[in-house]
Amino acid sequence: MNLFSSALLLAKKDLLSELKTKQILVTQIIFAALVIVVFSFAFDPANNTTKAVIPGVIWVIIVFAGILGLNRSFISEQRNDTMQGLLVAPMEAASIFLGKFFANFTMILIVEIVSIPFLFLLFDFKMTGSIAYFILVIFVGSFGFVSIGTFLAALAANSKSSEMLLPLLLFPITSPILIGVTQATRIILSDMSKLSSALAWTQMVTAYDVIFFVVALLLIDYVLEV
Amino acid sequence: MSMNLEREKTSLPAAQLPNAKSSSLPKLLFYGTVISMLASLYFIFIFAEEEKTMGAAQKIFYFHVSSAWVAFFAFFVTCVLSILFLIKRKRIFDTYAYVSAEIGVVFTLIVLTTGPIWAKSAWNTWWVWEPRLITTLILFFIYIAYIMIRHMDGVWDKKARLAAVFGIIGFVDVPIVFFAIRWWQTKLHPIVFGEGQNQSGGGIAPTMLVALLVSIAAFTVLFAYLLNKGVTVENMKLKVEQYKEKIRESLDK
Repeated sequence: MNLFSSALLLAKKDLLSELKTKQILVTQIIFAALVIVVFSFAFDPANNTTKAVIPGVIWVIIVFAGILGLNRSFISEQRNDTMQGLLVAPMEAASIFLGKFFANFTMILIVEIVSIPFLFLLFDFKMTGSIAYFILVIFVGSFGFVSIGTFLAALAANSKSSEMLLPLLLFPITSPILIGVTQATRIILSDMSKLSSALAWTQMVTAYDVIFFVVALLLIDYVLEV
Repeated sequence: MSMNLEREKTSLPAAQLPNAKSSSLPKLLFYGTVISMLASLYFIFIFAEEEKTMGAAQKIFYFHVSSAWVAFFAFFVTCVLSILFLIKRKRIFDTYAYVSAEIGVVFTLIVLTTGPIWAKSAWNTWWVWEPRLITTLILFFIYIAYIMIRHMDGVWDKKARLAAVFGIIGFVDVPIVFFAIRWWQTKLHPIVFGEGQNQSGGGIAPTMLVALLVSIAAFTVLFAYLLNKGVTVENMKLKVEQYKEKIRESLDK
């Protein structure tokens, strides 16, 4: 089996088990809803200036909901020592990473599809920009966040206190992506006249995605050593 | 990961540690540091001319830039030795990488302390949310995380491996710190060196440049001294650990 087919098989396994238990996805979506509710206390939805914080809120939801799923993706393999099983299986470590990445990415996309319209609805936000660009930015940002997140989750899973370690590792490393995508989202949602600047940010984030995805693929062998 | 737990309990393998040689290198580095530091103080306070608008407050610039240089250099050393460790798997590379990262964190802290002191007199504010400041702060957090990986539970080779991986990942951030000012195009941070359209910067007087180069050299010698000392201390810790293990074994008999 080559790299991708075994990765897809692994992703399918994760998603099927998730479909069976619905443990992570439900938690993530409820958590996202709770974040929205907490933000409605912090920023009055009736106030017009609140519109300015919407791009930030979108990314706070993605980051916090995402980290819940990332934490579980490798810890869940430890309960029955199935991680050892994956490691001795006839596939490369990169396949394990890719499979986990596909599963996490699918889940975060589902969370986004549910929670972002919900956010717009509750905050009565009318989009003035382009939806296609908005989806592009969300996609690029989530891709980078989840790829590095999956890699660092594999790294942090070796610690007994991985739930505490992962955010400390993940937030500083992903911060350039988060700066870029929040800027791009803000421009696209409110001020389409500066589209070229938003595209420049998106390009920067894409470059970041590519660099870190390649680095992660190269280094995952060392992380997933027995 | 139960296998790792078992390995944690077993006794340390008797690693081949280099015997403490009475080398003259630490002494040489120590006196080198003292002399070059005194020289840099002379160049900074007496030789270099005073800046016209900022006055004496500008003198902190020399230590600020030198500390930043040492911090970046330390992280570079960490990255190189992390790669070497992943290839060769020798414990000495790992020790050097760890000590270098620790020194880098200390010097990043110095940068983040001297920066606001200077900023208060130059920009009239302690902190500005400006790209280069933010990225330096992020760099600081990345290497704090690196040290946290080192303090994780588990056997040393696992920790060393994971930390090496993170050291490489973290270093990918360093060029971005340096180029942040060009990427994010800000007007606030003075660009002292560099050319190109709108990037010409304020420039620097020749006497100041000499003082800056001398202080950078002094800080580099200081870095070498600290690295040498740190590695010695780490090796001593390891030795103590092995002696403890030996005593424990002899008590069990």
